[in-house]
Amino acid sequence: MGRYVVRRLLQMIPVFIGTTFLIFVMVYAVGDPVNAMFGERAPDPATAEQLREEFNLDKPIWQQYVLYMGNIFTGDFGNAFNGQPVTELMATAFPITIRLAALAIVFEILVGITLGVLTGLRRGRPIDSGVLMLTLVVISVPTFVTGSLAQYLLGVKWGWISPAVSPAAPLRELLLPGLVLALVSLAYVTRLTRTSIAENARADYVRTAVAKGLSRRRVTVRHLLRNSLIPVVTFLGTDVGNLMAGALVTERIFNIHGVGFQLWQGIVRQNSPTVVGFVTVLVIVFLLANLLVDLLYAVLDPRIRYA
Amino acid sequence: MRAATRTTVIRRALAAAGAVALTATACASSSDGGGGGSADGVVRAFWTDPQHPVEPANTNEVQGGKVLDMISRGLKKYNPSTGAAENAVAESIESDDQQNFTVKLKKGWKFSDGTAVTAKSFVDAWNYGALVTNKQINSYFFQYIEGYQEVHPEKGKPTAKTLSGLDVKDARTFTVKLNQKFSLWPQTLGYSAYAPLPKSFFTDHSGWLEKPVGNGPYKVDSYTKGQSMKLSRNTHYAGGDKPRNKGVELKVYTDQNTGYTDLQAGNLDVVDELPAGQLKNAKRDLDGRYINQPAGIIQTISFPMYDKAWQSEKAAKVRRGLSMAINRKQVTEKIYHGTREPATDLTSPVLKAAGGYKPGLCGDVCSYDPKQAKKLIEEGGGLPGGKITLTSNVDTGSHRQWMEAVCNSINRTVGRNSACTVNPVPTFSEFRSDITDRKMTGMFRTGWQMDYPLIQNFLQPIYYTDASSNDSGFSDPQVDKLMDKANSATDEKAAIGLFQQAEKRILDTFPAIPLWYQNGNAGYSSRVSDVKLNPFSVPVFTDIKVK
Repeated sequence: MGRYVVRRLLQMIPVFIGTTFLIFVMVYAVGDPVNAMFGERAPDPATAEQLREEFNLDKPIWQQYVLYMGNIFTGDFGNAFNGQPVTELMATAFPITIRLAALAIVFEILVGITLGVLTGLRRGRPIDSGVLMLTLVVISVPTFVTGSLAQYLLGVKWGWISPAVSPAAPLRELLLPGLVLALVSLAYVTRLTRTSIAENARADYVRTAVAKGLSRRRVTVRHLLRNSLIPVVTFLGTDVGNLMAGALVTERIFNIHGVGFQLWQGIVRQNSPTVVGFVTVLVIVFLLANLLVDLLYAVLDPRIRYA
Repeated sequence: MRAATRTTVIRRALAAAGAVALTATACASSSDGGGGGSADGVVRAFWTDPQHPVEPANTNEVQGGKVLDMISRGLKKYNPSTGAAENAVAESIESDDQQNFTVKLKKGWKFSDGTAVTAKSFVDAWNYGALVTNKQINSYFFQYIEGYQEVHPEKGKPTAKTLSGLDVKDARTFTVKLNQKFSLWPQTLGYSAYAPLPKSFFTDHSGWLEKPVGNGPYKVDSYTKGQSMKLSRNTHYAGGDKPRNKGVELKVYTDQNTGYTDLQAGNLDVVDELPAGQLKNAKRDLDGRYINQPAGIIQTISFPMYDKAWQSEKAAKVRRGLSMAINRKQVTEKIYHGTREPATDLTSPVLKAAGGYKPGLCGDVCSYDPKQAKKLIEEGGGLPGGKITLTSNVDTGSHRQWMEAVCNSINRTVGRNSACTVNPVPTFSEFRSDITDRKMTGMFRTGWQMDYPLIQNFLQPIYYTDASSNDSGFSDPQVDKLMDKANSATDEKAAIGLFQQAEKRILDTFPAIPLWYQNGNAGYSSRVSDVKLNPFSVPVFTDIKVK
């Protein structure tokens, strides 16, 4: 187990270097960010040159990358073009997004798995078709429609909530955005759980468990559900990364100053230090989440062993 | 059978969902802004994070400009309704030769930290803004002052730290020597790049940026980057336009739509960036609390005059023909819902007639006349190569939409579907590089947002030979001469008249097609009144009253 984890962690190093380099090249290949800083007019060449020098943009790209990585290892992610250190942006954005993503994951697990188990055990019954149809609707309607609609109805029309989340983003205000963010994944979790449960319900070990005279509840939770969760856990694991980076739409609708928003703003303003910095951290999050998923497999299914 | 019923059920459900969404947008008018809100007399306004640190010579967009407008006052101030430059800190700015100016300051002006505003506050601030190593985006504002070449050379290190043209005479007097005659120069001084700076800016720069200090009607109480800025009345303010509210809270929003929703929900008072999708309904949604007034922005289409194909007499005819082939009225109404006005000269209505705006100066060439257009294009030998492209970046604004509309209009006129095609460039920065490298072959988008409400600013930076924003490479010695003459005219009226002559002359060659004047838009809640925009489309916060 320990050796496996170490091996996996070592494997992350080339993946990390490769992905960050790709992102770096892509962000810097988009064009000259200094041009964009001057708004809708021709940049003054002398000032532009000074700025290029400040952000190392006058050097060849490989050298920029080496300089950048060197700084990252000392904890310096550079400055955004408005002079704010990227680490400071991260310090405000990540806690908010982690809160939002955690909330969404909780929704997915609680609601998604419950619905999945219910429908999986009652295949073909009205509740099954009903939930199935609902998930289809949820999957097919884009997030910005559900988000804007919920915001308009609850925030403006009925005035139950404040339509915009305040900068501090307390958990209470994140409930609706978290639900909106979770909706699509929630539908997938429901469907995955349902299929998995339906398939395993006919498995030999479940029949054995029932034959042993175990209670229905124990059979479902301890034997059936535990084995059926593997695809769901895989999905949730990758979803952690998606929720953090992909909360862009939800964050913009509900005025949440999180990771997705910072990334979006960084891209729009061609603020390369912000974009590369945030994506680098997200790469690490993705890698760790995947490792965690792989380790969870062994917990869920005793047949899986890591050496 | 079962599958069939399921799909119908789903379809019905989807239709229902769609209907809900439609009603939501349709009934967006029923809501009523205002209500709620605190009774502390503070105006809550929409904001987005400024792109650069907020400092006078480094702020070139509205969001940072909003703050500077509140916390600083320059020698002059532009009257919010007429656009005329009026003395603020300046008592007088005088010159005998239109090149050497003596500036006298009024008594009693102080920064919000209590220190006095002196001649040195201005001179130091301007020297800081001009010095190339300070990397200030607005450095070019100081380009007319003697010694600019030394502190801001095109290449290499500066050979001086301060502008040789600036000289402090006493606490309230300084002189300015320009490197050319420029009679309207005092009128440029209302722009925030020319604001004075207190000593703390130079001694503790990072501290100043955390909490800017100025001599304006408001002072910064707190500034949390990326979240909000709270401003209250500056008790030391010596200007006439004292705030009529207790303060302003600028709130950062992630998206214009969110700001607009919050305005409708009564959590926000002033939104000066209305989402494009809401312009159609805004007036009705907000019960008329909607502002749509000229901003100092003109949109044009330019031609690469550096390209041989566009230099001939005949090509000028083609350019005129193309201009007459564009149905400006239709585009401004259908795509922009009246937030753009068809352009008929090269300036902007914000200048007012007194400032040099002359509607109709362009004449028939700027009106839609397909028959005449076709005739002109044919007389000019047709489009070069039989077709033409219209290039612009498409990452911001609704550029793609209007470009397609313009091309369609041209195609209908010429009677060929492939005559004009849109050439979208993914990012603004790429587009900018292509223009700088002179890679354009056909029409390309050019726009101009004024630095100060002066006819000079709409012409000289764009059409003077080798001027900083002369993207088309247009050059006409006659035009240059007229502008030089205008700049050395003793009388403001005479100067404006000469600029208009130059403008007329530019329109004769027609290197650019005037498209439309852009308006500034804003919406406000029922909690506030007396909301208006200044010529730069920034809300005049001092005038806003809170109920």
